Amino acid sequence: MCLGIPMKVVEINDNKALCEQGGTSVEAYLDMLEDVRVGDYILIHAGFAIKKLSEEDASETIRLLNEIMATENL
Amino acid sequence: MKLESKELIEGIKRLSKGKSVNLMEVCGTHTVAIARSGIREILPENVRLISGPGCPVCVTPQEYIDKAIYLSRQKDIIITTFGDLIRVPGTDSSLERERSLGADIRVVYSPAQSIDIAKQNTEKKVVFLAVGFETTIPTITGTLEMALRENIRNLHILCAHKVVPPALEVLAKSPDLNIDGFILPGHVSTIIGIKPYEFLARDHKKACVISGFAPTQILETILLLLNQIHTKQFSVLNQYTGTVDYDGNKRAMSSIKKFLEPVDSVWRGIGTIPSSGLRLRDEFSSFDIEVVVSIPLMKSKEPAGCRCGDVLKGKIYPSDCPLFGRVCTYENPVGACMVSSEGSCAAYYRFANRKNSQ
Repeated sequence: MCLGIPMKVVEINDNKALCEQGGTSVEAYLDMLEDVRVGDYILIHAGFAIKKLSEEDASETIRLLNEIMATENL
Repeated sequence: MKLESKELIEGIKRLSKGKSVNLMEVCGTHTVAIARSGIREILPENVRLISGPGCPVCVTPQEYIDKAIYLSRQKDIIITTFGDLIRVPGTDSSLERERSLGADIRVVYSPAQSIDIAKQNTEKKVVFLAVGFETTIPTITGTLEMALRENIRNLHILCAHKVVPPALEVLAKSPDLNIDGFILPGHVSTIIGIKPYEFLARDHKKACVISGFAPTQILETILLLLNQIHTKQFSVLNQYTGTVDYDGNKRAMSSIKKFLEPVDSVWRGIGTIPSSGLRLRDEFSSFDIEVVVSIPLMKSKEPAGCRCGDVLKGKIYPSDCPLFGRVCTYENPVGACMVSSEGSCAAYYRFANRKNSQ
C-alpha cells in the first residue's frame, strides 16, 4: 500500500503533472512538492508526487523494481 | 544469484555467527518483497525475520470495516476506497458483498479521484475510506485541501489513519518479541524523515535501518543491522538514500498537521496505542463522516479462530494459525492479513515453498 513508483515529468498544468515511465503515462498532483519542472523525476504514491528524485536514483529504483518483478528468486 | 547478493549473504553469516538475532520488517511491502525473493529461506537459521504490523488494511480494526459497511448501505452515500479494503470481511458482510447487492462503492487509486465523483454527484455524500500510514496520509490531506479550494461540501472521510513510530515503541518494549533491530519502512520515511525513529536506537538500544525494497537492498539492510548489533553502536541508518532524507517531506508533514491531530488509536491485534492515530481537527470536522452522519454502535466480532492479531504482533508465523491454508486462503480469506496483498498471511501463502534456486 505504501509503494511508490518513479516517473519522469513530461508536462505540467497547474498542480498536475503528466508523467511517463516505460510506456505508461499517469497524472500526478504536485501539491506535496516544490519546484517541480518538466524533465524532473518524481516518486508517485496514490496519485501524488511525494519526492523529487535524481535521474540516477530514479533509474536505479526502476531497475530494482524490474528486478523484483522479474526475479522470483534471488 | 548475483555476486553482490552472495557477498552480502556471506557477510550476514559472518556477523551473525554464534548469535540469535530477531529482526522485524515493519512494512508490508517489505514483507511481500522478502516472501517473494525467498530471503527468509537463505538467511542463516539464527537470523529470524519477524513480520510487523505494516499493512494498514490489516491493522484496521473490525469496527472500522463494519462502520464502512453501514455507510455503504445508506442510499445517499457513495463510498470511494483503495481496492484492498473491499474484500476484508466485516462482522456480517464485506464491502465487496454490499457492492454486489447494489451499494455504490468505487475503487480508486488516488483519494483525489473522490473530488470528481463528488462534483458529479452533488446530491450524495462521497465518503473516502481514509486508511493508511504516513505515506498515504498526505495524499488524503492534499485531497481535502483541493476540496476546500474548490468549495466541495459533499466530500467526507471515514478516518482511521495510523502513524508508525508509536507502534514501534510498543513492539520494541515487548518482552515476548525480543526484537534486536528494525528494517524500517522506505516510503513512510520519505514523508517523516529519520528523526522520528531516533528514540528506538537511543532509548531502546535497537538497531535501525531504513531500507529500499529490492532484495539486494534488503540484504544490505540486514547486514547493516547486524553490524550495529555486533558493535553495540545503535543508530538510525539510511540504506534508501536518495528517496529518504533526514527531514522528510516538510510540505507533506505540514499538510498533515494542518488537517489532523494525534489521537489514541486501536490496532487490530495490538490494542489501543496512545497517539498512534490521526483525527480531523475540530475546524475541519465537516469532512468527518462520523460527525455528519450518526453511526450506531457496532457490535463487531473478529472471525472465530483467526489469529491475525498474533501474526500482526509478530508472535506467531502465519503458518502457525490453525486456519492458514486450510480454511483461510488467498482465494477465500477469513482474516485481514490474508485479504490484503501486503498482509503477512497473503505473502506467506502466495510465495510458500519458494526455495532458493541455487
